[in-house]
Amino acid sequence: MKLKGWKDLPPATVVPASTAEEVETGQWRSMRPVWDESKCIHCLQCWIQCPDRSIKTDEEGKVTGIDYFYCKGCGICAKVCPKDAIEMRPEADFI
Amino acid sequence: MARRDITSGNWAAAEAMRQINPDVVAAYPITPSTDIPMKFSEFVADGLVDTNLVTVESEHSAISACLAASISGARVMTASSANGVALMHEIFPIAAAYRAPIVFALVNRSIGAPINIHCDHSDSMAERDMGWIHLYCEDAQEVYDSMIMSVRIAEHKDVLLPVFVCQDGFITSHCFEPIEFLEDEEVKNFIGERDPMFPLLDVDNPVAYGSLALTDYYFEIKRQQIEAMKNVRKVYEEISEEFYKLTGRKYPIVEAYKTEDAEYVAVIMSSATGAVKEAVDKLRAEGHKVGCLRVRMFRPFPWKDIAEILTGKKGIAVLDRAASIGAGAPLFTEVKGALYDSGTIVPTNSYVYGLGGRDFFLHDAEKAFTDLINGDFSPEERYLGLRE
Ligand code: SF4
Ligand code: SF4
Repeated sequence: MKLKGWKDLPPATVVPASTAEEVETGQWRSMRPVWDESKCIHCLQCWIQCPDRSIKTDEEGKVTGIDYFYCKGCGICAKVCPKDAIEMRPEADFI
Repeated sequence: MARRDITSGNWAAAEAMRQINPDVVAAYPITPSTDIPMKFSEFVADGLVDTNLVTVESEHSAISACLAASISGARVMTASSANGVALMHEIFPIAAAYRAPIVFALVNRSIGAPINIHCDHSDSMAERDMGWIHLYCEDAQEVYDSMIMSVRIAEHKDVLLPVFVCQDGFITSHCFEPIEFLEDEEVKNFIGERDPMFPLLDVDNPVAYGSLALTDYYFEIKRQQIEAMKNVRKVYEEISEEFYKLTGRKYPIVEAYKTEDAEYVAVIMSSATGAVKEAVDKLRAEGHKVGCLRVRMFRPFPWKDIAEILTGKKGIAVLDRAASIGAGAPLFTEVKGALYDSGTIVPTNSYVYGLGGRDFFLHDAEKAFTDLINGDFSPEERYLGLRE
């Protein structure tokens, strides 16, 4: 992303609403949650607790995976899962 | 027909606020500025203004409420002094960065300790790098006029910065003097309506203020504030000219008193200017070519004007009502910096006077001039009215 100069930047620290959607917080991740569909009972504990709205669900409210664009790798989902269906693994494993 | 009355600096500020009729005033009382919100709360109670007066539990909350109201689109004013100002400190740079055009009646009082309710400039000088415009008034008339002009300056689209309208605690704030007021209608017409840039209450165009800007954007946002401050001068000149046409009262950024042919000039701010002018007249009657330069606008600092007036003089005395402990006094270092750019060396003495409200007498002003006339210059800071 090309950064703006001071003349093109909106004044007063102002930013339009909802710009957080454009920020790839997934870049901050050092540990990656890996979801195991076969163990998941779709209780949605992980969906409720995820601070970054990164647990993806379908129309029926079933977990379909993890959104790595936003997922910061905090590990809360793995911690709260009653079925150990999410495993935290180092990002280095995926290079 | 202009209305004349005998009133104080504080009541003059409050009267200006009544006529301005701001949307929000959030304030917490502290001597010597207490009079302002006190008088203003009477106007609110009597239904003379439409203002939402927010009574809070501290100065920090007062300025926080002011800031929130200002970025919501409201016209906002407040007042404080000394340690109250210090408690607000955290919010000042935020207000400037959010470009919140708050008009703030700052009644100068010494920062404790020791506890002291009297005047010096240690409270406002501590805020000089927070991105606010600083105006220092000599008398109550100037306070009244500056409150009204400041609404326009602060809200101008090329500026959008908060303003401190400073007056000397007790000396100006509590002494009564004759003042000429504008008619309510004249004030209303002069200030107009606020046209906010990104009001938070505009729910159709939602914005967020003050989100995180790290190594990527913080620097650019500061540069924008610097540009806004640079624009103040031009805007100030336009608005003060318009005000002059309305009232006949002129407020130059710096006031030069008999400086043109002067060999020696004393530079000063606020109420003590009167004593210096008196000394100028007295010494001139004795044949000495002396003059006085009053700095009204301290931020943005008028380097050019000061350099122009002082270049070629034989000696300068800079009189500060605040010390910068461990460095040069605030006005002195700025004046010296201004002179450096002019390329000529003028011997300059630094005098600190009046801390904690210590009286500044005619003989103190004369003493500074006498040093200059006698060629008594030294780089060490000097003190007027101090017991050794
Ligand atoms: S908490 Fe575990 S079991 Fe429950 S929905 Fe999430 S992954 Fe599936
Ligand atoms: S690791 Fe944290 S951010 Fe990522 S999906 Fe799990 S709870 Fe959400």
